[in-house]
Amino acid sequence: MDTREKDIEKLKDYKYGFTTDIENIKAPKGLNEDVIKFISNIKKEPKWMLDFRLKAYERLKLLKEPNWQKPKYPKIDYQDLYYYSAPKSMKDKPKSLDELDPKLLETYKKLGIPLQEQARLNGIAVDAVFDSVSVATTFKGELTKHGIIFCSMSEAIQKHPDLVKKYLGTVIPVTDHFFATLNSAVFTDGSFVYIPEGVKCPMELSTYFRINASETGQFERTLIIADKGSYVSYLEGCTAPMRDENQLHAANVELIALDDAEIKYSTVQNWYPGDENGKGGIYNFVTKRGLCKGNNSKISWTQVETGSAITWKYPSCILKGDNSIGEFYSIAITNNHQKADTGTKMIHLGKNTKSKIISKGISAGLSDMTYRGLVDINSKAKNSSNYTQCDSLLMGNKCGAHTVPYIKNKNFDSTIAHEATTSKISEAQLHYCQQRGLNPEEAVGLIVNGFCKEVLQQLPMEFAVEAQKLVGISLEGSVG
Amino acid sequence: MSKQLQSDFDKLAKTSKFSNEEIQSKKNFLNNFIKKGFPSRKQEDWKFLDISQIIKKNISNLSYFNDYSQSNKIDPSIFVDGLEHNKIIFINGRIEKIDFNFEDQNKIEIIDETKKDISFDYENSLIDLNSAFTDKVFKILIKKNYSLKKPLIIYHSINDEIKSTNINLRLNFELGENSCLKLIDYFSNNSAKNFINIFYNFNLEKDSILKNYKIDKIINNNLKYSFNNIEQDNNSVSETFILSAGSDYFKNEINCNLNGEYSSAFINGIFSLKENQQHEIRTTINHLVENTKSYQLIKSVLGKNTKSAYQGRIFVNSKAQKTDGYQLSKAILLDETSEFNAKPELEIYADDVKCSHGSASGSLDENSIFYLMSRGLNYQQSKELLINGFLMDVVEKITDVEIKNLITNIIGFKQ
Repeated sequence: MDTREKDIEKLKDYKYGFTTDIENIKAPKGLNEDVIKFISNIKKEPKWMLDFRLKAYERLKLLKEPNWQKPKYPKIDYQDLYYYSAPKSMKDKPKSLDELDPKLLETYKKLGIPLQEQARLNGIAVDAVFDSVSVATTFKGELTKHGIIFCSMSEAIQKHPDLVKKYLGTVIPVTDHFFATLNSAVFTDGSFVYIPEGVKCPMELSTYFRINASETGQFERTLIIADKGSYVSYLEGCTAPMRDENQLHAANVELIALDDAEIKYSTVQNWYPGDENGKGGIYNFVTKRGLCKGNNSKISWTQVETGSAITWKYPSCILKGDNSIGEFYSIAITNNHQKADTGTKMIHLGKNTKSKIISKGISAGLSDMTYRGLVDINSKAKNSSNYTQCDSLLMGNKCGAHTVPYIKNKNFDSTIAHEATTSKISEAQLHYCQQRGLNPEEAVGLIVNGFCKEVLQQLPMEFAVEAQKLVGISLEGSVG
Repeated sequence: MSKQLQSDFDKLAKTSKFSNEEIQSKKNFLNNFIKKGFPSRKQEDWKFLDISQIIKKNISNLSYFNDYSQSNKIDPSIFVDGLEHNKIIFINGRIEKIDFNFEDQNKIEIIDETKKDISFDYENSLIDLNSAFTDKVFKILIKKNYSLKKPLIIYHSINDEIKSTNINLRLNFELGENSCLKLIDYFSNNSAKNFINIFYNFNLEKDSILKNYKIDKIINNNLKYSFNNIEQDNNSVSETFILSAGSDYFKNEINCNLNGEYSSAFINGIFSLKENQQHEIRTTINHLVENTKSYQLIKSVLGKNTKSAYQGRIFVNSKAQKTDGYQLSKAILLDETSEFNAKPELEIYADDVKCSHGSASGSLDENSIFYLMSRGLNYQQSKELLINGFLMDVVEKITDVEIKNLITNIIGFKQ
């Protein structure tokens, strides 16, 4: 342990690169029906849940891994992964925070999410997912008072089966693409949020994901339901320890907004990106999809993507209700050997629907970044509009920045506007900043933060500060 | 399908004057095509309009055999009036006439290149089909320092003698140093349903200029595919204008490699679609060296039951610093059944570049119509005026005044 910590001390680049020595319970390696039954059994799930998983598994057998994406990766051996890994002490769930394994708590402290004190100070309710199992949820009392359900997915399956049954898989069906279906078959935990009718959630809800054990994939599932006229803002953060091998993260996130409801979903993703030679790192293949089911509903995605060896995800909005609104704000930063293929899909089905996409990509080092997006206005989506802006910034001539938007307009009442630019930081700007006493690195940090401002503004206060720092850290060493 | 291909090919081999060697090379292309088949929506480039489905729906059974040994009568009524020009005339896919009467004959050479292989990598199976069934392949070589005095018009026409439902044609062009060619591709084939597959290869040497205008205006039921490959050396300029309005289906594909410094490529296009037409333009500009420039402007006006697609790709190599790339596509949808698709793509590996694209689509602005109507125009007139203005923008980009006037007349715009 000591030598390892020293190693980590030396590397220092990735501040979250520690592991925690906690005994884990793992399912046997590999993917088969028995493993799925094992997971379902250990989580004491009802039969309908097991059926849901098995149905997904049957479907998975027919599916092929997609390969149209830009960043290519070596083939993943799905039989060589652990699909379930839980801290041992979790076997019998703790009743309160005091019963939690102190080591676990320490881990969260290192991550900067002290569950108790800070949560109270910040007024943020936190649900932490550690190697796919939800560990603790703070601020329960306050939330219950408003009738808000915020708990782990496993708990929701036990305690609120009606809600889960009604909504799980309605936005991302088990028959979706390969990774989503894989998740449906083997997901282990995640967060569940239900905001009752007319309730404005009094605090930001937050989940922290962490992969700790090696050779595990993390498959969590998040389901957020905002009932009529409600509002919720949800934050998600992710980290993982430094390991040489690549780890798979294939989560599913489903959002459902009913009439007049609004969901704001913010992500700061800082999974381990691999070292400067491109060794190790997380494969972040996540499916995120929101359904504006009711009229006048709104879903807004904000993401800051700085981590992962490969990021491959498209948080999407299906604008089904009339007058519904979808928004997508994204900053993606890639450095060293990182690769990202990210963007969004806005599918307009209802009348008077509106969507807005602001995407900022920054690539440095030997990295490669792609914005890929779809705007599809259906023939029934009268009077809809979309505005898309994607800007890329390149640092150095060994990296790449690509834009691949798909634009489909089938409605003559609707308008789509799309703009994209690619450029570098101008010498004049750098010179100006340096003249005023900033060193080159600070100058770049300042300019990049300005470049990202439109997106950073969308983040809740607590996250915005962290994100701004992350932007700086991610680009360290890429200047000069 | 493969049986039909095989037997039609045997007929072609029997009746034509191809040498054994040529037949062998054609056979290889045929086998490639049989292996690959027609492109379908599974391929990324054919996602928006699936040609194999469109052919199936419109022609059902294609036949490929054309008798190239028999000549066809040229009908002079197809010729463009009011402009002196050189001619290449294709009838039923057969080259009937190559006529450079206005030029210095020593400066132009026509070379048989049937034997020559295709010089670049491609995945497109339609090029295989083209090479297997096309007539003799000729290269038009414009020698160093010569600018053609008059434009060259290539006529595409079909008469009643036609036996097949598929026509393949191919031409190669080489523009020597500091030469200039103005080329008009004029489609006057108003026959019944045929699938026409055209492939041109252009090689632009240092300081040469190519002006390439494609005019498909006369309403017809043909399905057309045109592929142009343009290789450009230092300081060369290529200008392509596409008027895509006449055929039931038309896909224009331009692949442009900017191999030499300070070379530039301009592509401008108009889709003006009436009922049930489906058209597409796909452009790929490869910026391979420093200081190259490209500019693209595509505008669509879409009527009832029409569909247009624009796929534009700008690729910038890591060596290609100081690249300037611009791309804009705009569409007006006139009817609730019209559809516009776009995929403006940037793939960039160099940092000191200026690349941008924009795309906008929507209906005619009601406020502008109101403005015009309040000044005494009726609804129809105001609509026409606005559409004219919208499309004129692209026509204005044509650098050759004579041809600009010709095209304005053909389109029927009032200045």
